[in-house]
Amino acid sequence: MSTTTVQGTKWWAGGKSPFNATYGKVMMWYFLMSDAFTFGAFLISYGTIRFSVNFWPDPNQVFNAFPGFGHQDLPLSFVSLMTFILIFSSVTMVLAVHEGRHMNRKGVEKYMILTILGGIAFLSCQAWEWTHLITGEHKVLVNGALETWGTTVSKNPWGPAVPHEQLSALGLAASEHVTTPGPVAFGGYFFGITGFHGFHVFTGVLVNTIMLIKTRLGHFDQRGHYEMIEKAGLYWHFVDLVWVFVFLCFYLI
Amino acid sequence: MSNHSATSEITFEHAPAENTSRIWKVFWLLSVLTAAELLLGYGHARHWYGGNEGLILFVKGVICILTLFKAYYIVSVFMHLGDEVRNMIMTIVTPLILFVWFIIAFLWDGDSWRTLRNTDAHSRPNIENIKHHAPASAMPGQKP
Repeated sequence: MSTTTVQGTKWWAGGKSPFNATYGKVMMWYFLMSDAFTFGAFLISYGTIRFSVNFWPDPNQVFNAFPGFGHQDLPLSFVSLMTFILIFSSVTMVLAVHEGRHMNRKGVEKYMILTILGGIAFLSCQAWEWTHLITGEHKVLVNGALETWGTTVSKNPWGPAVPHEQLSALGLAASEHVTTPGPVAFGGYFFGITGFHGFHVFTGVLVNTIMLIKTRLGHFDQRGHYEMIEKAGLYWHFVDLVWVFVFLCFYLI
Repeated sequence: MSNHSATSEITFEHAPAENTSRIWKVFWLLSVLTAAELLLGYGHARHWYGGNEGLILFVKGVICILTLFKAYYIVSVFMHLGDEVRNMIMTIVTPLILFVWFIIAFLWDGDSWRTLRNTDAHSRPNIENIKHHAPASAMPGQKP
């Protein structure tokens, strides 16, 4: 239904929102837009560095593990799980908003709990992935000496592989997978950007928990509307939206 | 359901959606788009495209476009921006056009940086190779 075609309404004369939306909701949108620029700047900076070097680690080699599957090569599998967890928690959030519009407190509570659980599941997955990367042991040839590296902000073991002939010259089995150090920026960008996103997920879980408590206490029923759920929902969907782009930039391309 | 405004700022209250069919439709759409992206990305991981650089670049472009579709549906339906007043949509979407310049300029810069590194890396003074001599005034036992 159109709300803009009503005749004789002085939209900009003051007293009423020219956008037919509350101040809080409009400002939430502007905050999210500014946050989009922050994430955009991070991701474009990552792109610039990636374009400026001749070699960049292949995400399919770096992110190929799944908990409980040991050293099996399963590219993209774990991050697919994380992506679907976040998409699904976005759906439960929008269902909570829907129930709020119908003033159905029980429905809001149910879907807020599911959304919070989704957020916690995502954060747990990220904790596992980070631990796996940091504590992983990879043989790296550094200035002619063999070292064991994990992926950190200062060490990147995902450089080009050492050719087999060179391995036998060093007295190693030709079947061993030994790499040279990769671009140092890799770890910093990965942990920095996914960490900043994870921090957003964490604050989103906190906000949603506060909203759940306020719902249970009946604050929104007293107020006569569930708009706070909509505003928290905007933030939560934004977190999902950013993940769509982080997923694209770090895992898919 | 009363149809009057929740707050005095709102002039016209939208009637809430009757059912959740639109939400589930978008959920399936997002799932299918994500699955398509994963399939294309998995093909890259399993070397389905051989060493064809042009084809790989094309596939990555397709993945980027699919991602933009996902972003559109999340913002428009899940965040209900599509239901807002057109002027409000414009105040949010127009500034984002800056990203077009932002992406082109910075990736171009990165690429030119790489070309410089690969071509004149040794023909210009490299900051690490310049010998710094302490200025006379900094010599011990002397006042500037």
